[in-house]
Amino acid sequence: MAKEMQADTAVADQSSELKATSSISASKVRWGESAIKTWLALCAFVSVVTTAAIVILLFSETLNFFESVSPAEFFFSTTWTPLFEPSSFGVLPLIWGTMLVTIGAAIIAIPTGLASAIYLSEYASDRVRKIIKPVLELLAGIPTVVYGYFALTFVTPTLRNVFPDIQVFNALSAAIVVGIMILPMVATLSDNALRAVPISLRQGAYALGATSYEVTTRVVVPAGLSGVMASFLLAISRAIGETMAVTLAAGQTPNMSLSMFESIQTMTAYIVQVSLGDTPTGGIAYQTLFAVATLLFVITLVINIVSQIILNRFREVYD
Amino acid sequence: MSFSSESESISLARRHRKAKLFSIFCGMVTWSGVLLLAVLLYQVSIDGFRWLDWQFIDSFPSRFPERAGIKSALVGTIWLICLVALISIPVGVSTALYLEEFAGKGKISKIIEVNIANLAGVPSIVYGILGLAIFVRFMALERSLVSGALTMSLLILPVIIIASREAIKTVPMSIRYAAYSLGATKWQTAWAHVLPASFPGIMTGVILALSRAIGETAPLIMIGALTFVAFLPEGPMDSFTALPIQIYNWVSRPQQEFHELAAAGIIILLTVLLMMNATAIYIRNKTERRLK
Amino acid sequence: MSEFEDPSVLPEINTPMNKKSALELREVNIFYSDNQAVKDVSFNIRRNRITAIIGPSGCGKSTLLRSLNRMNDFVEGARVEGELLFAKENLYGKDVDPVEVRRRIGMVFQKPNPFPKSIYNNIAWGPLINGYSDSTDELVEKSLKQAALWDEVKDRLHDSALNLSGGQQQRLCIARALAMEPEVLLMDEPCSALDPISTAHIEDLMFELKESYTIVIVTHNMQQAARISDYTAFMEMGDLIEFNVTKRIFTRPSVKRTEEYVTGRFG
Repeated sequence: MAKEMQADTAVADQSSELKATSSISASKVRWGESAIKTWLALCAFVSVVTTAAIVILLFSETLNFFESVSPAEFFFSTTWTPLFEPSSFGVLPLIWGTMLVTIGAAIIAIPTGLASAIYLSEYASDRVRKIIKPVLELLAGIPTVVYGYFALTFVTPTLRNVFPDIQVFNALSAAIVVGIMILPMVATLSDNALRAVPISLRQGAYALGATSYEVTTRVVVPAGLSGVMASFLLAISRAIGETMAVTLAAGQTPNMSLSMFESIQTMTAYIVQVSLGDTPTGGIAYQTLFAVATLLFVITLVINIVSQIILNRFREVYD
Repeated sequence: MSFSSESESISLARRHRKAKLFSIFCGMVTWSGVLLLAVLLYQVSIDGFRWLDWQFIDSFPSRFPERAGIKSALVGTIWLICLVALISIPVGVSTALYLEEFAGKGKISKIIEVNIANLAGVPSIVYGILGLAIFVRFMALERSLVSGALTMSLLILPVIIIASREAIKTVPMSIRYAAYSLGATKWQTAWAHVLPASFPGIMTGVILALSRAIGETAPLIMIGALTFVAFLPEGPMDSFTALPIQIYNWVSRPQQEFHELAAAGIIILLTVLLMMNATAIYIRNKTERRLK
Repeated sequence: MSEFEDPSVLPEINTPMNKKSALELREVNIFYSDNQAVKDVSFNIRRNRITAIIGPSGCGKSTLLRSLNRMNDFVEGARVEGELLFAKENLYGKDVDPVEVRRRIGMVFQKPNPFPKSIYNNIAWGPLINGYSDSTDELVEKSLKQAALWDEVKDRLHDSALNLSGGQQQRLCIARALAMEPEVLLMDEPCSALDPISTAHIEDLMFELKESYTIVIVTHNMQQAARISDYTAFMEMGDLIEFNVTKRIFTRPSVKRTEEYVTGRFG
């Protein structure tokens, strides 16, 4: 046995000589790995830099703007004629125009989007889903300029047949088309939210003798409410930021009229109007661009943040 | 408690009827959305079809509708997409890799994540203004393809990042652990195992992001893509026009013929988009089937 | 008296770096944020032997195993205190490169995790990225033979590893780890996802492997530990209850708790 032990030790010594040659300390700095990690981190910071750039740019030029125009006039006056004499800088008409289109679009898109989402998640078979889901994706992928074309060449003439005294450029046409544009968004996001509701909740309700209508409206939708609401808000935010369709269909006439049949101007359409003309840097026209853009940015940012809060804080916990 | 069986069966019937009507209503609404898409496509097709010929593709825009074409717009769009892909894919995928593989869960990651989520919701026209002020004016890149490409890249970067992250997340941790246990560094593991496994998902996201970039008009208007371009760009610093800009230009003219030309341009644009989306869906389906 | 009954052969816990030890643990404490998973564990892992770590679920044995090749580094909030000595250095020393540690201390996981690549590339990848420049064909063959898988796959080396059965995949993972020529091989319940026949194959394998490698195995299967290991550490709730020659642990344990566990009175 002693010999066994000796042989054992001898083998152990040998192997320790062979293998314990390199230390486990960091003998070489991994240059390649550090360089790559640095590159990756820099790329990640592009997003931070972008946000900073947007914020700094918008707010600094807006501050310049407010040196010439008082915030009171900007926010409370109801006339917007920045490019003509006498110039007036009340932004309310632009906000009003945006709101008309957005609310109209929401009235169209939210109920139908939700109904589609309910159909897709509660009623449709897999085969039907396979058809409709790609259709929704396609609808969502259609460029906004195409919707603008559709508004001008199809929607407005059709509306004129029904309402003969509607103007060529009008808010209703834009609202309809923007509504169609954001409908897939509401449908897809709400569908995701509803499908996330566990089957067990539905089964529990059915087991109590509820009909599909009752289960859907009283159990499923309330259970997925945070996702559904978030989808509404995101769609509204998208409608507010929509540019080409409203520029083509709704016109360039800022006013505060209640009628959807008249031409209006949204914030985005104004920005396009200014930039299509030649704007010298530093002039008051250039600055209105930034002031309106900042307003647009802040509004959409607030809505997006609220929707994220709703999604995260009030996300229903099912277990 | 006792129920009158008659009133109970009446109200039960009513409830069932309501449920049935509801489901029919929801179905009709959904299918009318499909119908709408069909109407839209049909409308565009019959409007623009007669203008679709080789001459249309090969001509420059003109004051005369019969002679007008989308050559410069098509070439401009192709240039733009290539440049955008070149810029946004490396930066976007790198960011996703960084966030998923290298960064911790600390504050910095959280800040970057929230940033990206917010940037995804910023209206495209704001990106246009950013591009105008920084690339066109501050960096003096003028109204060039580079300015347009940089602006568009910033626009679709959040989309690429979010899609890539989703794809990377689906790679199981066990693969990474296997690699680490063999003495591989994080980058070696990411390069040899994570990226190849998430490649289809990343590709799908990239294709969808690029198809969004192709259709965007507002940012290009802001940075000054020209609307009447009778030449082809020869280098990234040249000025340019793009398909959506040309379409917009034609739609805003009063004459009927230009509207029809716009429809023809839309047909081409939608065809390209359809092919890209179909490719993305195909890749996605193939991968999903493989995983099952 | 056989080697296993001679007390002078027992690894002594408090002697400094013992020539017979591959790894030495001294007062190791492991925390996950505020939870303590491993409390004050000290024992030696003897070279060219199989050391088993057994204990009920949640006793910290996997955590302890993972600390031996710095895999706990990947868990947020994991913290290791104490000394884990390997080749005269503390694995958690200031200048230690965890990547180097993992080259020399390999691991096989509970669920087989081959790369979605060919059998050949699964084995060749590790050495290649670590600078191996000799013939990979020979290396692949040698590793597969060591894992007793060569005969079954030698004609389809370039097939996907995912086409292998569970037992074959696990042997592939063993071959993959062996290709790195580690000094220590850590095995985290390597047979728990396998059928009994594959398990038997792998247990036979381990007997052959211990001539060239030091093996540390975590297992919840007491019979397995009794069958194959030379030394056994019994842990419960983060504490090391007893560490001894396996035969002693299972026939004449020194601590009552150990006796209760191995006779099945709990766990």
